[in-house]
Amino acid sequence: MINVNNMSEISMNVSPSASTSSFKSMENVVNSSTEEASHTTSILEDIPNEFLEHDNHTDPISTPSHESEELSGELRQLMNKNNQLPDIPTPLEDKYIEDSLSEIKINSDDNFWLTEDWQRKERHIFILSSSGKPVYSRYGCEDKLATLFGVMQALVSFVQDTDEDRIQSIKAGDLYFSFLPKGYLVVVSVCQHHHSDQTLLQQQLLYIYNQIISTLTLSQLTKIFDQHRNFDLRRLLSGSERLIHTLVEFTETEVDFVLASYRCLTLSSSIRDQISHVLSSAVSKVKNLVFIILIGADRIISYLHMKKYNLRPMDIHLILNLVRSSESFKTGEIWTPLCLPQFDASGYLYSHVSYLADDCAACLLMLTVDKNLFFTLSEAKQVITEKLRRAKLLDEINTALSSSHSLLTSSLNITSLRHFVYKCKQTSQLICPQYEAPYVANSNFGSASIQSR
Amino acid sequence: MAQIWLKDRVDSAFITQTVCLDDVTIRFEIWDTAGQERYHTLAPMYYRNAQAAIIVYDITNQDTFGRAKSWVKELQRMAPPNIVIALAGNKADLPTSRRCVEYSEGEAYAEENGLLFMETSAKTAMNVNEIFVEIAKKLPKKEVNNGQGGRRLVETAEAPKTSNCCK
Repeated sequence: MINVNNMSEISMNVSPSASTSSFKSMENVVNSSTEEASHTTSILEDIPNEFLEHDNHTDPISTPSHESEELSGELRQLMNKNNQLPDIPTPLEDKYIEDSLSEIKINSDDNFWLTEDWQRKERHIFILSSSGKPVYSRYGCEDKLATLFGVMQALVSFVQDTDEDRIQSIKAGDLYFSFLPKGYLVVVSVCQHHHSDQTLLQQQLLYIYNQIISTLTLSQLTKIFDQHRNFDLRRLLSGSERLIHTLVEFTETEVDFVLASYRCLTLSSSIRDQISHVLSSAVSKVKNLVFIILIGADRIISYLHMKKYNLRPMDIHLILNLVRSSESFKTGEIWTPLCLPQFDASGYLYSHVSYLADDCAACLLMLTVDKNLFFTLSEAKQVITEKLRRAKLLDEINTALSSSHSLLTSSLNITSLRHFVYKCKQTSQLICPQYEAPYVANSNFGSASIQSR
Repeated sequence: MAQIWLKDRVDSAFITQTVCLDDVTIRFEIWDTAGQERYHTLAPMYYRNAQAAIIVYDITNQDTFGRAKSWVKELQRMAPPNIVIALAGNKADLPTSRRCVEYSEGEAYAEENGLLFMETSAKTAMNVNEIFVEIAKKLPKKEVNNGQGGRRLVETAEAPKTSNCCK
């Protein structure tokens, strides 16, 4: 493993001259763009000149010249006014700033990655193929970032080729770059803070990698790239970008990710047993059914598995993520191939996914290896809903769902206890109350909990 | 019926829906699926006993029309011989400036291949009900009298919306 610790080392040891120069040129452009921004917002004397400059450009988007002249005339007047009362912004001045900013935005639409806003994002995530083809960017259209993806690919392959090693991270100024080159894919994150835990960053990248495997299976991914090194993977991933988005958010905000565990919906054990019994009896005669999971409010209500097989927390997180990000599951019954990378990365499980009833927002997943089992499982689901309803268990679930986020530390009556997280190691389950003051002020619970550990 | 016509479907859903045609109620059992590669292995399940299929393309994207044609070929090869196939040019609500596949182009192809043809809008529900009614009329009489419906395969050959990657 290689940890490159500052920028100068990169240019000396790792990157070939080509990527060094592109880093430099990028820096230059960045500087110039920030200069431009500060001009427009602060130095009003320069305004008319700047408009004249814009007029000289043969930019089809810029406003017709006579309008600009009128505007700059107005602005001259405005400027004089402002000279008298410099501290009080008039509405017209605001309008002007807005106008000029939007003009910059239009001009730099293709170069959004040069904007300060884009560069200051808390955490960027990029996915590329090992040959440098863009697959995903968390912010902005990945197509426009071809140069950046090229640099990332160069860094990864340089370390791979020269040292037969794997690049893991680069620290450069305020930025921390994490890399996960794995098979034909490279996942990269760029954070603003380097107090981020490196193990967690690598784990996050692994989650994202596994999300892609979950959509495609490792065998399909490998087969495609074995045949066409330059394949544009987005063709196969279209529509699943949303899954990556929500998963990234999950890994940044939930303690479940940090502790590799999942939460259960609070229910008395007898009720949970009854629910599990209904589930298992309804499918007792169904062969090849590997897992049954009932989910409500992002928590596990019941989880049944074949004796031989068990799901690891990461796979459960991927399942929760799928349910969380798929509104369409609420209409009809879904039959979808799903790969659980830690269970078996090489093949699909076929999943019957449906909400229990219109009046019960618990989502039932039945996972099988038999792709022809849809109608059998569809019938089983009808039976399950009916039995749960008859035993008043739907009501129990609904009650639990409505109070799923109501556990409070203060209700435990333990003096000066602010918050706790309890994880049962054996089952990888965790319980943790709602955040209360002083933690609620900070929206980023993920980093708060990491620091306090 | 418009609610069953979903945008950006990336999974495959089984939905039932009833349509009234004159005095007869027809229950449609519908497979609504996207054209993604990984659903291809499930295709035999969609075709089995299917009586009708709707193949949807995006009139603002020529590529989806091409893919729709290849789905028509596949259906003609794989599906039961008497299957009713309808071709739907979706997004007809969008301004004509965005259009890439002319109405006549879709219509001519449909006629050549003996397909039902309509331009639809999932957004405004234009022609959505109508296309189901047209399919119902074409289903074998006996089946209609029995009140039995067909199973539909929808191939939403719509291109991924650019907004997904260019926000």
